[in-house]
Amino acid sequence: MGQSSATATVEQTRVQWRALCSRADLVANSGVVAWVDGAQVALFYLPGEASGKQLYAVDNRDPKSGANVIGRGIVGSLGGDLVIAAPLYKQHYRLEDGTCLEYPEQQLRTWPVRLQDDTVEIGLA
Amino acid sequence: MNSTDTSTDQQRLIIIGNGMVGHHCVEQLIDRGALAQYRVHVFSEEPLRAYDRVHLSEYFTGRDAESLALSGAELYQTPGVTLHLGVPVLEIDRERREVITAEGSFPYDQLVLASGSYPFVPPIEGAEGDSRLVYRTLADLDTIQAAAKSARRGVVVGGGLLGLEAANALKSLGLEAHVVEFAPRLMPVQLDDHGGLALKAQIEALGVSVHLSRGTQSITPGSEYRYRMNFAGDEFLETDLIVFSAGIRPQDAIAKQCGLELGPRGGVAIDSQCRTSDPAIYAIGECAAWNGGIFGLVAPGYQMARSVATQLCGEDSEPFMGADMSTKLKLLGVDVGSIGDAHGATAGSRSYRFIDEANASYRRLVVSADGKQAIGAVLVGDNSYYDTLLQYVQNGIKLPADPSCLILPQGEGAPALGADALPDTATICSCHNVSKGAICSAIDAGCGDLAGLKACTKAATGCGGCSALLKQVFEHELTARGVVVDKSLCEHFAYTRQELYGIVRVEGIESFEALLAKHGRGHVGCDICKPAVGSILASCWNRSITDPALVPLQDTNDTFMANMQKNGTYSVVPRIPGGEITPDGLLAIGAVAKKYDLYTKITGGQRIDLFGAQLHELPDIWAELIAAGFETGHAYGKSLRTVKSCVGSTWCRYGVQDSVAMALLLEDRYKGLRSPHKIKFAVSGCTRECAEAQSKDVGVIATENGWNLYVAGNGGMRPRHAELFATDLDDATLIRYIDRFLMFYVRTADRLQRTSVWRESLEGGLDYLKEVIIDDSLNLAAELEAQMQLVIDRYECEWANALKDPEKLKRFRTFVNQQGGDPDIQFVEERGQRRPISAAELQLIPAEEVV
Repeated sequence: MGQSSATATVEQTRVQWRALCSRADLVANSGVVAWVDGAQVALFYLPGEASGKQLYAVDNRDPKSGANVIGRGIVGSLGGDLVIAAPLYKQHYRLEDGTCLEYPEQQLRTWPVRLQDDTVEIGLA
Repeated sequence: MNSTDTSTDQQRLIIIGNGMVGHHCVEQLIDRGALAQYRVHVFSEEPLRAYDRVHLSEYFTGRDAESLALSGAELYQTPGVTLHLGVPVLEIDRERREVITAEGSFPYDQLVLASGSYPFVPPIEGAEGDSRLVYRTLADLDTIQAAAKSARRGVVVGGGLLGLEAANALKSLGLEAHVVEFAPRLMPVQLDDHGGLALKAQIEALGVSVHLSRGTQSITPGSEYRYRMNFAGDEFLETDLIVFSAGIRPQDAIAKQCGLELGPRGGVAIDSQCRTSDPAIYAIGECAAWNGGIFGLVAPGYQMARSVATQLCGEDSEPFMGADMSTKLKLLGVDVGSIGDAHGATAGSRSYRFIDEANASYRRLVVSADGKQAIGAVLVGDNSYYDTLLQYVQNGIKLPADPSCLILPQGEGAPALGADALPDTATICSCHNVSKGAICSAIDAGCGDLAGLKACTKAATGCGGCSALLKQVFEHELTARGVVVDKSLCEHFAYTRQELYGIVRVEGIESFEALLAKHGRGHVGCDICKPAVGSILASCWNRSITDPALVPLQDTNDTFMANMQKNGTYSVVPRIPGGEITPDGLLAIGAVAKKYDLYTKITGGQRIDLFGAQLHELPDIWAELIAAGFETGHAYGKSLRTVKSCVGSTWCRYGVQDSVAMALLLEDRYKGLRSPHKIKFAVSGCTRECAEAQSKDVGVIATENGWNLYVAGNGGMRPRHAELFATDLDDATLIRYIDRFLMFYVRTADRLQRTSVWRESLEGGLDYLKEVIIDDSLNLAAELEAQMQLVIDRYECEWANALKDPEKLKRFRTFVNQQGGDPDIQFVEERGQRRPISAAELQLIPAEEVV
């Protein structure tokens, strides 16, 4: 894991972390949306995922409909992938990398995101 | 004036007649690729595209010409097909091979006569105007409807199939209906004496008077009613209108005029290839006479249409060798079936009979002289025996040692002939001539679900009478092919919704996490199981869906208790029970709409819908609506939506009960009940049916003696007519039955299954449902009622609940880190209201330069 650790360290030195909101603003197993420099970021909080990531940040804009609604979809697991189901037309996007399962040409932008104590921070390049 | 097709490489095909059979011929020609070699012209005397004559009486219970149409208009816009509506063919010139119409002459290389039939009206002195109505076309129905407006009583002359259908139509128009039949029994062609008696008893119990062995000698002005029908022996019957439905005659005048050979009793004589005496001319359907016989049912007409279409495409066709005239009907809600030699006319045949006078039920089985084969049957009052007996008769299946067991009552209806006993040649769907073999081929070709099977074979898409049998055969064949039909809800639960429902109730599980931990896989779930379990938990325990543990389970509209629109804004629908609202209520809604600039529209369910609200505006909007006395309308949920009503006896001169009061009672009782799919109700104050109860999951129609209950109807993409479930109920009984019906549905339906589809999926169908709900055959009634009462007792307006809890309201923010709404949402004004900007309009806005 040394290599991974080194990579994480390198990433940390490049990424500009910015505070977005508090943990209390999040909704467990569901999404909320934050405004970041003109972008809308959907934040999904999965506190039960003790062994893995608990927080994901993806673009709130649904490529299929053009509406800013991804943050209001249902979180689920499909074939081992954590996904968000778009609320309007139900296509699924992987939370890890924003790939659409049904229409691979559609992609959600993703951001690094973390919880520092009770503060949600987003990583900006 | 001559019209000539410019194309010379293609042959010219003319079809005279656009009834059901003529239409089917066009469909078959298109399907078989005939348009590669023909230009087709279809002529119709009527101004409307082909429509479903089998379900004509539904025109009086809400369906219009377009919904009765057999296909969309696009079929006749297929290149190479031209439909001439309202253009009768006046003459056929065989020498020049032309048809003469008001629009000119049209040449043909091949001609198909599908001109159908006309209603026979016996020559009776005084029969004219409203005493000489007929029941054949939609125009006829408009005429009858107009006459019924000022009528109290209507008489149908003719107690056959169509006559009883016409009587049903008169009844649905609110008239006192009578049937006059010349023969000594009803449906003399299909039924025997005992069958006729049973049918008469059933029909009279429904309020239609039956007069048999009556020949009308003359019609004169009446004293109490407009007309008096005079019979032999100084007997008479007075009425305001008379509909003749005394049989049909083939429309063969044009064929006779041009010298084609006719059958001995009329009709255009055809051979087994459906050719007339002119090799270039075919005849199909009710205008054709094969071996001297006329075939008035849909199935033989369709068979002829297929035969001709096949030949015109240069393929070998199966010869028409007559048709089985077996009939399965529901007339005025009464089951009637007639199979094969129903009268036992075959020499030496013998019969078994079951007569149940108490229930006006009758069954007869006719067997061959050697007692080994079934050759005919009559059924009145219970058609559950029909499918089995039809297969015995049609396929020569060997009878059991004691054939009477096939018609005697068993504990649970007719002994079903297993799908495995049917040979491949067994006809499953006679309207479209679909055999079991064809179904097996479709399954082998990859058809994996019932809807797909219907789409590619057309089985069960005609009159729908074979739906149950089709499902049995389909499921049996899947099992035979080793297909384990996986009924798991999703990858997380290896159970059906019904099974999960049982687990939740029996084990008292109240959360998704607990259910997943004990009975599921994984630890996240998905967008299939989360909403399904959310619905189960709600319909079992009815906790607020805004509780934190339940929030992640909610689907698109439930999650914020509003209906998401295409641009991510929401519509808000306050409850307006029964469609009743005070002026102050209207003003309050108007004020909210004005304040928040919401697009406002009346819904089909008699409510007011407010569009364009952003997420962060929802709590403020609802706070104001609740302060004005409104509560949530659950337009967002898989739950009861609306109970539509008409004003009933309170205001209407025709109303017989207070339909508004009943609608309010029902809506107050069942509001918020969550279910596998949305549920809609309606209450009509009389049989004129202004609230459209017969297209609802639960429909209630007032009668002189109480309420009639209809169940399992719906509108939408696949409309279903509700079915009469119980009659003349008092208030308490009505509510008890509805409680049980709804809870049984909640308990046993599949995910996202409407009541109509659920009812179709029940083994035993409506009869089974009646046994469970009315007769309590499963001993569930008390349990179902108690469960409904629990849901009712725990009811709370979800919006009122959320507004009391600041923690719950935190979610109602467009952004967690700043105030205000989504700047990407833009509107334009149209007709005085704001609406979402369209993609095209968005293109016209110049992009702002970023400084």
